[in-house]
Amino acid sequence: MIEAIREAHDVAMAADDKVVVFGEDVGFFGGVFRCTAGLQEKYGKSRCFDAPINESGIVGTAIGMAAYGLKPVIEIQFADYVYPAYDQIVSEAARLRHRSNGDFTCPLVIRMPTGGGIFGGQTHSQSPEAIFTHVSGLKVVIPSNPRDAKGLLLAAIEDPDPVIFLEPKRLYNGPFDGHHDKPIESWKKHPQGDVPEGNEIIPLGKAHIQREGADVTVLAYGTMVYVAEAAAAETGLDAEVIDLRTLMPLDLETIVESVKKTGRCVIVHEATRTSGFGAELMSLVQEACFYHLEAPMIRVTGWDTPYPHAQEWEYFPGPARVGEALRKVMED
Amino acid sequence: MGSDTAPLSLNVPEPGCRPGDTPDFSDFEIPKAGEVGRPAVDVDPDSIRDMAFSIVRVLNKEGDALGDWAGALSVEELREGLRHMLTLRTFDARMQNAQRQGKTSFYMQHLGEEAVSCAFARALQPGDMNFPTYRQAGLLIASEYPMLTMMNQIYSNAEDPLAGRQLPIMYSSKEHGFFSISGNLGTQFVQSVGWAMASAISGDTKIATGWIGDGSTAENDFHAAMVFASTYKAPVVLNIVNNQWAISTFQGIARGGVGTFAARGHGFGIASLRVDGNDYLAVHAVAKWAAERARLGHGPTLIEHVTYRAGGHSTSDDPSAYRSKSEAAAWPLGDPIERLKQHLIKIGEWSEDRHAQAEAEILDTVISVQKQAEAVGTLAGGKAPSPRDMFEGVYETMPAHLIRQRQEAGY
Repeated sequence: MIEAIREAHDVAMAADDKVVVFGEDVGFFGGVFRCTAGLQEKYGKSRCFDAPINESGIVGTAIGMAAYGLKPVIEIQFADYVYPAYDQIVSEAARLRHRSNGDFTCPLVIRMPTGGGIFGGQTHSQSPEAIFTHVSGLKVVIPSNPRDAKGLLLAAIEDPDPVIFLEPKRLYNGPFDGHHDKPIESWKKHPQGDVPEGNEIIPLGKAHIQREGADVTVLAYGTMVYVAEAAAAETGLDAEVIDLRTLMPLDLETIVESVKKTGRCVIVHEATRTSGFGAELMSLVQEACFYHLEAPMIRVTGWDTPYPHAQEWEYFPGPARVGEALRKVMED
Repeated sequence: MGSDTAPLSLNVPEPGCRPGDTPDFSDFEIPKAGEVGRPAVDVDPDSIRDMAFSIVRVLNKEGDALGDWAGALSVEELREGLRHMLTLRTFDARMQNAQRQGKTSFYMQHLGEEAVSCAFARALQPGDMNFPTYRQAGLLIASEYPMLTMMNQIYSNAEDPLAGRQLPIMYSSKEHGFFSISGNLGTQFVQSVGWAMASAISGDTKIATGWIGDGSTAENDFHAAMVFASTYKAPVVLNIVNNQWAISTFQGIARGGVGTFAARGHGFGIASLRVDGNDYLAVHAVAKWAAERARLGHGPTLIEHVTYRAGGHSTSDDPSAYRSKSEAAAWPLGDPIERLKQHLIKIGEWSEDRHAQAEAEILDTVISVQKQAEAVGTLAGGKAPSPRDMFEGVYETMPAHLIRQRQEAGY
């Protein structure tokens, strides 16, 4: 997935001089996760460079660059570090088009590794997607595999509005189904690890049905897509797993069609539960599908605690917890 | 274990003068006009460190223009500058009053600070970009942005170019080099640096200017702007307008232990200087110097404009609650309009009669424009933007959920 993200940068930078890439450690070294490796050498220091450790400065200067007419693609080293930049994202990037009535716009991509499963403790494991979906004017994307990561990142770079691009870091090196005690798999053997060359865009706002099924709909994104798949296989239930891919704008049509078909819905995310994106999904499904529901919906999420260290696998919503929810939603 | 030192106490700085006190600016060191020299534009910032503790001044108390920084503007340009400042002051007075009459929700005037933005605008070229705060409308007035459009924005009427979405005076005009004002404090200072970096990345020749108030220099964005400007040697002019007051908080609360705001630039190796913000000639000369420095690739400049906010912070503020009513009159750098007027009279290019006539003409113009704007509408009535406009422009293409919400709202 790292290679796919790097390729997306490469394709976009080759196609358009206006694409510039910067962030902490992204220049000479190519990023702590290596997502920008080789770009400085290939495109020069003025198009890919290291930034001071100041997230609001990174986003703030990128907004100025976007207003000038460039297309900055910036990296926040971990999503956990984005909070100092929140004011710039919420009060400035997200509103520029609206408040200036289109006089100025902000075509900007803010990439950041998200989620847990790597023993990163509370400062390298958070999933802050809901603090962005709550803001009008932002788009929020979370790919779950290399093919999508490349296609969605290319779409995000082409997009005329600011895009928050959350990369599940546990998926960087391979699919992960939550069985942390099993050997690590590589993307090489996975069909979604096969990334087409060139500029193949995957449009924002389109969910992907990862696994078709008739009994229950599972709404997931990022790492949870594979956890949900594993839970479906292990319970033997005919679950339909939908990878949302883009949270804003959301592909509500695909969700509603599926839930109307199955009559049951389980929502899975790593982020804390209260006011999480699952709450929004549950509301939307309830509004659109109430008379089709045969059982109360269930959320499987991270607990409402800071992300722990030693207790990582008790916090992380693994296949056992998701499987339990699937069985429960089928009982009612 | 007890300590053998005395108990500690918190230092909370206080201004020299509160309501009821007699203003005293005797501690305020003001160099004579012409005393501070003009360095070469490619000067090493380290060699002008003293300029952050002095003040560039051109006009003296008698109205003479003195020293190296004088002589940059023709008589015609000076008369035009006076007209810009008079226009801004008249515009402010009318709009302040319109707010009191309920025609809009809010207004912020420039009283006493007109020279800063009016003179600065002259130092820029078409295509350069200002990232202003809410008290630099002189940048628009001096670049001949239509007053009617400004008023339509203030009234949020059907002709408001911002479709009623923004608070009054939060103008936006890319064409006039005026970045959309956010209304947040400090956020745009660092954006100006990014815009300037983009110009350098693109091999362009344009420069950017950032604006911030004395109080907001305490924001993180100020420091972010300084470090990025310094590291990437961005072609940007960073302006601190020190008007002494951040709403009710005197400048000492943001400034802390350092002598001046300009001195903050020293830690970043940025050329830093102070200018008499009520001296039209000095502001223009310093702005021109800094703009040239940026355009020639010599890097950023930090300018502290030393001025005084003679009016309230906004229409929601009553300064008599926290400062002496006589402080504005005692302010030692005088009034920018009076000083330029005095200079023009002194050199035989202006008179009291011509001044009175100019004031009357400007008032007529502003009133006539105001009538045009009010004929369209004000916040209190007339033609208003459509509620439908609220849903437009959140994204370039309206997503499905907003279309549904717009329909739910009945539009």
